[in-house]
Amino acid sequence: MVTRGFTGRGSGGDQSGRIPPGQHLVDNFPVLTAGPTPNIDTSKWNFTVKVGPKPAKVWDWSQFNALPQTKVKKDIHCVTSWSKLDTAWEGVLIEDILADAGLERPTDFVLVHSYDGYSTNVPLADLLADKAMVALKYAGQPLPRDHGGPARLLVPHLYFWKSAKWVKALQFTTRDEAGFWELRGYHIYGDPWREQRYTHD
Amino acid sequence: MIESAVQAALWQKSVVERIVQQTPAIKSFSLRLGNPFTHVAGQHVDVRLTAPDGYMAMRSYSIASPPDGSGIVELAIERLPDGEVSPFFHDVAAVGDEIELRGPLGGHFLWPQDAAGPVFLIGAGSGLVPLMAMIRQRRVEAQNVPTALLLSARTARDVLYAKELQAIEFDDPGFVLSLAITREAPTRETDFARRIDGAMVQEVITRLPRTPAHVFVCGSNGFVNIATDGALFAGLDAATIKTERYGG
Repeated sequence: MVTRGFTGRGSGGDQSGRIPPGQHLVDNFPVLTAGPTPNIDTSKWNFTVKVGPKPAKVWDWSQFNALPQTKVKKDIHCVTSWSKLDTAWEGVLIEDILADAGLERPTDFVLVHSYDGYSTNVPLADLLADKAMVALKYAGQPLPRDHGGPARLLVPHLYFWKSAKWVKALQFTTRDEAGFWELRGYHIYGDPWREQRYTHD
Repeated sequence: MIESAVQAALWQKSVVERIVQQTPAIKSFSLRLGNPFTHVAGQHVDVRLTAPDGYMAMRSYSIASPPDGSGIVELAIERLPDGEVSPFFHDVAAVGDEIELRGPLGGHFLWPQDAAGPVFLIGAGSGLVPLMAMIRQRRVEAQNVPTALLLSARTARDVLYAKELQAIEFDDPGFVLSLAITREAPTRETDFARRIDGAMVQEVITRLPRTPAHVFVCGSNGFVNIATDGALFAGLDAATIKTERYGG
């Protein structure tokens, strides 16, 4: 349905097919969070990989920073319809985390947990093969608290609610268990190119 | 529930029935739904505009109206100077126009139907919109849960729904209104003549009969951080605080 009188910004803003349907480009970096912004001191921070309820390995801040650090530049897409291109991140790829824990594919699904009680689910296949990391830096600087610092998940090929801020654990689950937003009306998988915003998209 | 969630995901046509200039920067738009739905205060709709060349722009807008069975939802949209969709609504949209939308959407920032205790609403500018839906739903359903609103605006003219809020405050002893006016002197004794800070949040909490059990904060990220830090410092449990931050 054409909207009377609407022409769009007319910036020809498609950027060679990098903007998924229904998204628009932003230059700033909006902050969207469901609750208060947690304040997590790196001296108290740790990160756990669990298989079911059992911890398989726990790292403290210095141990985690000693893991191989990888830099990536990615486009990111928020379900609220903004997209940001060429964002620069540095952190530990999920395959490097699993290798350090001596794990391969305990199960096919992961439930990601955060310090503020947030959670989100991602299939393991979407976390491997250079697709995802636990990011410790953004644009060359320690990750700001507003953007999930000290550490957040980065899964840039899915809507950005999957890139959990203030991440504290990856938990392998036998089934695909819905996380915080997935239980509150948002899509179980969240592919921006298929506009999987809400449960029934 | 499943059926309603399926309907919420479907795009539908609405018709602009009324446009009101609410403040210098905010207009409200009453949209008559082709497929009426019942929302919960705090939910939003996604609005989709389509250009003749097929280009689409989508934005989420909170619903300002309560669920009242009218088949009309009211949005209150601030004109962002660099925006793409809000200038269309302000400068182009007219009564009778068709607007595509879907909803109701969102399952977190929701008015509590069985409130465990007083409700504390904190908003800035157009961040009042989902909170206003809550205040209106509370009133439409004759609920008596003690509720406080702390609303920040630059001047008295920038206070969205000012007359309605003051009328509710006058009429309902269970509703406490506190304004933070940042760029001029406020006229009411209970209002504040400064930007929000932790002390202000704590003072408004004391205007409620008991510690709030539900806190809703909506505004810019910086505003929300100050408000939530103030609420946490006052001893409120982080799990009781829900936030919505705009921008993007």
